[in-house]
Amino acid sequence: MELVEAIILAVLAASTPLLIAATGELVTERSGVLNLGVEGMMIVGAACGFAGAWLTGSIFVGALFGIVAGTLMSLIFALMALGLAVNQVATGLALTILGIGLSGLIGAGFVGERLTPAAHLSIPGLTDIPLIGRVLFGEDAFVYFSIALIIGVWWFLYRTRAGLILRACGDNHVSAHALGYPVLRIRTFAVMFGGACAGLAGAYLPLAYTPFFIPGMTAGRGWIALALVVFSSWRPGRLVVGAYLFGAVTILQLHAQGWGVGIPSQFMSALPYLATVIVLVLLSRARTGGSTAPAALGTVFVPDR
Amino acid sequence: MRKSLLALAAGLLLAGSVSAASAADKLKVGFIYLGPIGDLGWTYQHDVGRLALVKELGDKIETTYLENVPEGPDAERAIEQLVRAGNKLIFTTSFGYMDPTLKVAKKYPNVHFEHATGYKRNPNMSTYSAKWYQGRYIQGLIAAKMSKSGVLGYIGSFPIPEVVSGINATILAAQTINPNIKVKIIWANTWFDPGKEADAAKALIDQGADVIMQHTDSPAAMQIASERGKLAFGQDSEMIKFGPKTQLTSILDTWGPYYIARVKAELDGTWKSEDTWGGLDSHMFAMAPYTNMPDDVKKMAEDAQAAITAGKLHPFKCPIVGQDGKPVECKGGDHLDDGQILGMNFYVKGIDDKLPGK
Repeated sequence: MELVEAIILAVLAASTPLLIAATGELVTERSGVLNLGVEGMMIVGAACGFAGAWLTGSIFVGALFGIVAGTLMSLIFALMALGLAVNQVATGLALTILGIGLSGLIGAGFVGERLTPAAHLSIPGLTDIPLIGRVLFGEDAFVYFSIALIIGVWWFLYRTRAGLILRACGDNHVSAHALGYPVLRIRTFAVMFGGACAGLAGAYLPLAYTPFFIPGMTAGRGWIALALVVFSSWRPGRLVVGAYLFGAVTILQLHAQGWGVGIPSQFMSALPYLATVIVLVLLSRARTGGSTAPAALGTVFVPDR
Repeated sequence: MRKSLLALAAGLLLAGSVSAASAADKLKVGFIYLGPIGDLGWTYQHDVGRLALVKELGDKIETTYLENVPEGPDAERAIEQLVRAGNKLIFTTSFGYMDPTLKVAKKYPNVHFEHATGYKRNPNMSTYSAKWYQGRYIQGLIAAKMSKSGVLGYIGSFPIPEVVSGINATILAAQTINPNIKVKIIWANTWFDPGKEADAAKALIDQGADVIMQHTDSPAAMQIASERGKLAFGQDSEMIKFGPKTQLTSILDTWGPYYIARVKAELDGTWKSEDTWGGLDSHMFAMAPYTNMPDDVKKMAEDAQAAITAGKLHPFKCPIVGQDGKPVECKGGDHLDDGQILGMNFYVKGIDDKLPGK
């Protein structure tokens, strides 16, 4: 029983950065913008988040630093891809390369320092319940926030007028523009939201997951977040399934190795990717209808008047 | 007129080469790094070696390094860049640079190359590596003494001979203390991913391991062990800062003496292609101070280190029994020979797991 609890705790910790970063990218893509710079924004968020927490001694300030850093990075993207109508794929890739370099520079002075990680919730009585106590009432603030965030995004996209307008920009920017909506301004906000989430997801790594900073510590998580958005067919509900499934298979394959199941470890390491793809393909096959991608995703929009 | 123009051009060329020669009074030495210097592990230790070299011979040489150079074909471009910049001795510091280094070495026979941890050589290309399995053996002794649960946790990177020989050396040592010792092995299939290394450490501890050993590069596992009140060994560099009450010791890569010796040979004109595989005796690596253990365990570790250094103790002393229960052929007299260790692709008896790919 204790082992089951430990596994669930590890799964939640491993999934949370993916979920936060992917939630932001989902909103960005729903507005019709493809920002491939998630990895770059995450790693800068990690460096700045660590710097903020280390200088002030507060995890909360560190998280804010991460959010601001991610947002600033996304503004560079917005300026290039929206303001100057540069190719979004190229700009996003450049943003990742820039982010990796920049984070090394920012973090250079902090390599080798360690932090006290984010505190875990502790409610006497509730946190001590066997099996579910620590899972439900003993997480750090990032985990609860990530769940609130994806619920908030779902509500925004499907239950508010602003969400409808944002989706309209993503599906047909010409019509949205003709109806008088400021497409570029809406997209800029969506890109900034994506950047803020990526920055926070990055900051989660040195503030809660592995409380030290090392260059390159995101190790490709930004790319996984991007992939999760595609596999979720741009739906928040499936994104949650995808992120937790990916985290679960990642952790379970490590445990399976420890038990000596005898399946080649290379296959086990590939399993999270395989499992996520298969489940999400099955999910999207179950629904009829064509592609669910925002129709205007990745296309440049220049208002003609 | 035409002749004088040619003469002028020749004169300019000559002047050019002369000025280049005077600038090249100092020997130029180049380094190719896999990670960032700030990785606190593999690349960091190579740079510590480079700095030792600069400190020792700084008035005679000039060093250049390129960091974050990916392994594979891209590396060729980076190595060639160092050649064109006038470097005469180039150290390529990761296994995956083997073929690119060889390719560039064949193209530039007048430049000398040194490739770490590989096995392909050329008249102008040496290889160098360290017998880290000796350090792993000492760690195995300590681990068996310190473990209360009798279960060790081992985080592997890739199932290559260097890592496999480390696991075998560890378990062979541990068995001399506790014949029933168990080891749980998790392959991360990466050298560097702090999150995944942390997850692997958590999984091992959750499954009952109380001493964590790693063959991956970040201090994440050390920190998890520290959080959970377990013990652990560092890797490549000193990691005690991440587990002041956790680190038992760490295998420290100490490349400085080798780099100094090879550059001196280059300066004297005595450099030649060699295969260096040094152990504790030749200071290719060192053990971090033995900490967080009782005095008798510390003494045992120090004695073992002294015996290995003196050549009295060989970690792969025969008979070595494989997982199938059959003894392994003993090619080195009373121990396995270097070739058997460098190509090790089997687990010894007592490891209750299957080697990936076997």
